[in-house]
Amino acid sequence: MENLIALLIAAPLVGAALLLCGGKRLDRTGHWIGTLLAVASFAVAAVLFTDMLGRATDDRALHQHLFTWIPVGGFHADIAFQLDQLSMTFVLLITGVGSLIHLYSVGYMAHDERRRRFFGYLNLFLAAMLLLVLADNYLLLYVGWEGVGLASYLLIGFWQHKPSAATAAKKAFLVNRVGDVGLSIAIMLLFTTFGTFAFAPVLDAAGTAGSAGEGKVTAIALMLLLAACGKSAQVPLQSWLGDAMEGPTPVSALIHAATMVTAGVYLITRSGALFDAAPAAQTAVVAVGAVTLLFGAIVGCAKDDIKKALAGSTMSQIGYMIMAAGLGPIGYAFAIMHLVTHGFFKAGLFLGAGSVMHGMNDEVDMRRYGGLRKHMPVTFITFGLGYLAIIGFPGLSGFFSKDKIIEAAFAKGGTEGLILGGAALLGAAITAFYMTRVMLMTFFGEKRWDPDEVHPHESPKTMTIPMIVLAFGSVFAGGLFSINEAFVHWLEPVTSLAHGHPPFGATVTTAATVVVLLIGVATAWLMYGRRPVPATAPRGSVLTRAARRDLLQDDFNHVVLVRGGTHLTDTLVRLDHTLVDGAVTGTAVTMGGLSGLLRRLQNGFVRSYAAQMVGGAAVLVAVTLLMRGV
Amino acid sequence: MNPVYYLYLAALLFTIGAAGVLIRRNAIVVFMCIELMLNACNLAFVTFSRLHGNLDGQIIAFFTMVVAAAEVVVGLAIIVTIFRTRHTASVDDASLMKL
Amino acid sequence: MNSLAAAASTGEAVQFWILGTVAVVGALCTILMKRAVHSALSLAGTMIVLAVFYLANGAYFLGVVQIVVYTGAIMMLFLFVVMLVGVTAADSLKETLKGQRWLAAGLGVGFGILLIAGIGNASLKEFNGLGDANAGGNVQGLAALIFTKYVFAFEVTGALLITAAVGAMVLTHRERTERTPSQREQSLARIKDGKQVTPLPAPGVYARHNAVDIPGLLPDGTPSELTVNPTLRERGQIRDVSQEALAELKALEQRSQEWLGRGGSESPAAPTTTPAAPKEEAGK
Repeated sequence: MENLIALLIAAPLVGAALLLCGGKRLDRTGHWIGTLLAVASFAVAAVLFTDMLGRATDDRALHQHLFTWIPVGGFHADIAFQLDQLSMTFVLLITGVGSLIHLYSVGYMAHDERRRRFFGYLNLFLAAMLLLVLADNYLLLYVGWEGVGLASYLLIGFWQHKPSAATAAKKAFLVNRVGDVGLSIAIMLLFTTFGTFAFAPVLDAAGTAGSAGEGKVTAIALMLLLAACGKSAQVPLQSWLGDAMEGPTPVSALIHAATMVTAGVYLITRSGALFDAAPAAQTAVVAVGAVTLLFGAIVGCAKDDIKKALAGSTMSQIGYMIMAAGLGPIGYAFAIMHLVTHGFFKAGLFLGAGSVMHGMNDEVDMRRYGGLRKHMPVTFITFGLGYLAIIGFPGLSGFFSKDKIIEAAFAKGGTEGLILGGAALLGAAITAFYMTRVMLMTFFGEKRWDPDEVHPHESPKTMTIPMIVLAFGSVFAGGLFSINEAFVHWLEPVTSLAHGHPPFGATVTTAATVVVLLIGVATAWLMYGRRPVPATAPRGSVLTRAARRDLLQDDFNHVVLVRGGTHLTDTLVRLDHTLVDGAVTGTAVTMGGLSGLLRRLQNGFVRSYAAQMVGGAAVLVAVTLLMRGV
Repeated sequence: MNPVYYLYLAALLFTIGAAGVLIRRNAIVVFMCIELMLNACNLAFVTFSRLHGNLDGQIIAFFTMVVAAAEVVVGLAIIVTIFRTRHTASVDDASLMKL
Repeated sequence: MNSLAAAASTGEAVQFWILGTVAVVGALCTILMKRAVHSALSLAGTMIVLAVFYLANGAYFLGVVQIVVYTGAIMMLFLFVVMLVGVTAADSLKETLKGQRWLAAGLGVGFGILLIAGIGNASLKEFNGLGDANAGGNVQGLAALIFTKYVFAFEVTGALLITAAVGAMVLTHRERTERTPSQREQSLARIKDGKQVTPLPAPGVYARHNAVDIPGLLPDGTPSELTVNPTLRERGQIRDVSQEALAELKALEQRSQEWLGRGGSESPAAPTTTPAAPKEEAGK
């Protein structure tokens, strides 16, 4: 069975190679080849999943060693895969949602002349992401990590003729690079601390106290957190995600909502033992998560661009996951559960947004939508189900996962627990507000578009079928996972489970969640449902304007990092010119002057040279005599 | 008589030869001064040979003579050649190597 | 021979001080004499003294070789080259390089002091003597060493000598690359240059001397150096036709004038008196 693991990665990798190197003759069939290979990968994943279910709980992890990659002395890097419950969950999510989005792209990209290349990149992304979650050591994980970064860069900048897309791609790549540096430093520290970077030995060693100093483990964990922040768009490395929406919508759905941006959550969950051994780092993780979940939610409230509103929402939801992962064993399972349900409903929401844009001539401004529910019934229903799921409407997926996270936050105990729980509750209210706002502005109210220019229509089957499938997932996944805590127990062997003791009962938390949810929805309805939405954005309060500018993140980066960096480089360049170059040039000039003086010794007269020789001989004799005297 | 006097004489002759090399411009005389220096060395070798009571010093002096003979042959040939082309035997005039 | 065994005798000391002085004087003359020939002869003298010292130190073979090879062959080679090149042999001792003479003197004195100080430091009190080493004869002893211990160096010096001989030949040999110009071509070239078309005047115009080193006189009585062989001219070996000689010439002419004035009766005597004057001059 374990021999099938490599096939998971091989299928999309072959697809990428075929499509990117195949040339024009594949233009007409390329998208189907890509989709087929993604589906094949999903089929393999399904076979492996069935097989895994058939085995005992503690015998489910599979391991495949392909070959030793770099054997140098004590340094061993293997190409080896590890398929346990956590990886399996991710593999199913990636290949499943990935296949659906491939199918959706067939319709969405139908009129793009570079469609073959697009599918090649998508397949490349799938392969890299699978490598990331299947790797059995940090170094191979790093390869996948960089691979998804590359695919993300290529896909954000897919419409490179648009300067905004090219810039966004560069921005995403650069910001991610900061996180990647963190990961590489973490890997180096791991190697120096534990002498290996395979998961199993590292995590075992981290679990047993005293094998490595807590300071070192904290440093490693903080570096891993930096990496997670970069990839998962968490504060302070969150600025790239909003701009990443310049890419085609399926890309936003697959990479920047469902899968790649959750890699940070995977990394933290996978390294759970390290974080458990470093409480300071865990505090940093929950702080990052809490701040980001509010940050993203506030940004989402002010955006009129439907994709950017959803991007803010993504940021916020991943904030929930990171926070849950930072809570330790009481949160890991819920982080992953929210990750999976989020993968369904957020992908569905993005595909819905794409479908709307498809029908509206690629218009993204929600103030030019309105009343679309009659024109796009399927999109409306699937988007609506996704909406209900994300705000945590009781009974749908998001409710189960988010409710658990809030509960776990309170269960952290003490002031910290209250702050985190409060933040999570507040986030839930804001989520309800901004998602209702998106819903109302897009599908309800009056038309704010020109019927002569735009003809809203339902999208083709290739696009609606994935949306329907994802809507099913949005509705039922959470409930299915929660029957007898099936999902939590499924992950238990990997993430270790601990039940928290919240200060008040689960019913109270659930009731509070529902109440804040209703408050959020009601506020949004009061502001956008009852009153007509103006077609041009009003000036808005200071907070609104700040939120429209992504809470001034780019301005902050510009002032602190760009200008500071420029000043630093200017200073360094000046120092280089004066000090370093001065020293070097000065040496050269001095040597030149000395040489000019020495050159006079070469006067062309043999007797002069002979005199120098005799002088040298005299010095030698003198030195010999003196040395003997000494 | 102290054997060291022979060595003093050798040193004196050597120094005179060296000074001659520095002072004279005529290439032939410069050569003669070099011969004088070589002879001074030979005298020192022969004296050392007697000091130590073995013949190795004399052997070295013998080889010095042979090499000096070879050197003189080639050196004088060079002087003749230079004289034929430049009509002078002054060492100061042979300065083509200077930049 | 065994007297060389250890300490040097008083006789040797006397010999050393006398001949050593000669050697140093010869060396000083070598570097101070104006003419290369004199330098070479002084050097030969020093070398002969050194040969005596070799003999005194028990190096009989080397002493003989010094005289035969060095003084005999090498110095004669020097003289040969001096004669070949010797036109500039009269070396000006005027220094052209600024400070070179002082530098040379300073270096020489400093170097000498260093060497002598070094020797003075060494504790060399007694000769071991060559009695044992020369027991079977000096030449035999040397030969035994040369053909056993030093045979490799010996072979190499042999190769060196051959190389030097070939090298000297290569250096001095001049391959004639063009045809010798004919007489006609030479005269054409002379006309083209426009310097001296006619053959150079012959020396000894008045036939009072048949020596080639006396320049001919121009019509106004001044000697013309052009009439003398350029080699002699370069060497400065032209015999001076002094003003005195010119005055004598005038006196001769006056006498002949007087003789002519007295009439033709004494004319046969003129040939007898006229040749007499050159004879006197030659005597001078």
